[in-house]
Amino acid sequence: MREGTRLGFILLLTPLLLWLSLLILIPHVDMFLVSIRERVGVGKYDISLANYRTFWGEPLYLWTFARTAVMSILATIITFLIAFPVSYYIAKIARGRLQSALFLACLIPFWVSELVRTFGWMILLRETGVFSGLLQWLGLAEGPVEMLYNDAAIMVGLVYTSMLFMVVPLVTTLESLDDAVIEAGYDLGGNGWSVLREIVLPHAKPGIVSGSIVVFMLSLGNYLTPTMLGGKDSLWFTELIYSQFIVRFNWELGAAFGFMLLLLSSLIVWGMLRLTGETLEETMG
Amino acid sequence: MIPSIPQPRALRLVYGAYVTLFFIYLALPLTVVAVFAFNDSQFPSLPWNGFTWNWFFGDERPMIGVFHERPILRAIGTSAFVAVMVVILSVAVGLSNAFLFNRYQFRGKSLLYVLMLLPLVIPGIVLGISILVFSSTLANGLWELAGLDLQILRPGLFLVVLGQFSFIATISTLVISARLQKFDRTLEEAALNLGASRLTAVRTVTVPFLMPAIVGAAVVAFLMSFENFNTTLMLVGSDAPLTIAMFDRLKEGSTPLLNAVSLLLMLGSSLLALVMILFQRRG
Repeated sequence: MREGTRLGFILLLTPLLLWLSLLILIPHVDMFLVSIRERVGVGKYDISLANYRTFWGEPLYLWTFARTAVMSILATIITFLIAFPVSYYIAKIARGRLQSALFLACLIPFWVSELVRTFGWMILLRETGVFSGLLQWLGLAEGPVEMLYNDAAIMVGLVYTSMLFMVVPLVTTLESLDDAVIEAGYDLGGNGWSVLREIVLPHAKPGIVSGSIVVFMLSLGNYLTPTMLGGKDSLWFTELIYSQFIVRFNWELGAAFGFMLLLLSSLIVWGMLRLTGETLEETMG
Repeated sequence: MIPSIPQPRALRLVYGAYVTLFFIYLALPLTVVAVFAFNDSQFPSLPWNGFTWNWFFGDERPMIGVFHERPILRAIGTSAFVAVMVVILSVAVGLSNAFLFNRYQFRGKSLLYVLMLLPLVIPGIVLGISILVFSSTLANGLWELAGLDLQILRPGLFLVVLGQFSFIATISTLVISARLQKFDRTLEEAALNLGASRLTAVRTVTVPFLMPAIVGAAVVAFLMSFENFNTTLMLVGSDAPLTIAMFDRLKEGSTPLLNAVSLLLMLGSSLLALVMILFQRRG
């Protein structure tokens, strides 16, 4: 490299290195170090796996962990099933103005804060809410119906909150599929189902993978939706982390929980990439 | 199933109905939030007691409107301050990263690129606690070594800005990189041939070309910062940004005041979105 470009290179590299090391790498290493220490006296710590033993030894923690993982996977699948037909409609069936209007309409709800979206669901689902009122008005229910504070409510909130992150990558990959390829599939004797399975879905795979990764991450790391829609007993893993850090001030155990969450999310993202043969650079970049 | 392949009428109708239902589902929560901002009642729920502007302009108890509610106004100010800081930082770093990855070949480039993407796959709450843990390690270390008490490293706005920046920088890098890749390098070379220095060439040719992406990245960064909850929750000190302040109130039970704030937020972000779309159409 010439002298001038070398200086430029260093100037451009510095912010990147500072950001990644000071805000991402070192804090995570530090969090790991905190998670493997045990308080043995005032200001004295030993290295031990006590926090991880506490995690594995307490059924409530394990149950919450497994439950959060399973519900996040379920939320990802449901989001995909709801989003796919809509994305296909926007990318392949709607044309011109309608197409861009529909796409924009998908984005609008996500310009407002997650808090507002969750609040909206609370107003709809609560005992004195809109759905309950509607059911009574229709004569389908005798008295007020409480639809908040259960797992179904959490699921509705999670799916709603992450919908955009599935629709956008799906629409983008589906738009790049040439109509002629679909026509060729029909010409060669395929029906709607076999064309979908053998042409459309394989083509949309990168979009499906990147959408699923983002939706899964958002659900797993969500705090607001389970707390607001699931109530006191929603048992979401992020709530455990929050209570160890802020309420009980047990940072060692909280850091261990945080590390377990990070491990789980990395494992599932890695597994998803391996299974589909995609790479992180291609799906996220 | 595409328009050029004939399909049974019933199937088309069912499909159309499904898509319509989907958009009703998308609009429903936001619509009820907006409508109940005008309910003349202490609770954002049925029954409907008639229309009122009091949750915006009311100045008497029990109906104090948004524009007379000091804590909420202050929280909006805090959020705006944090968002502006995050925008400045993440657009600057995003621009620098985009040039680095686009213009230079060096050892470890692909590793750095993957590292740069990592914040997208780390749960926000984990980002928050890791920064919280590290900054307090730093603060405690400084205190023991030098007797220095750096309040800036304790939970507060500085850490909130850093925490949000730590993942928003990835997004601004991606947005700006995508446009820089489409840039025709020969334009810059033409400027160099005409006697411009490298810096002048970049400033007068490349940066104007990147402008739509820069504005886009800034708007996205502003909104993501303004809406952020998870990372902020772990790093917040005594000055609560709007999402945290609203969350605290929501936990205690809500009044239509929150609906009014939400409606203003919706209007604000649609306005921003509109500005961005207009700007990008022109660019």
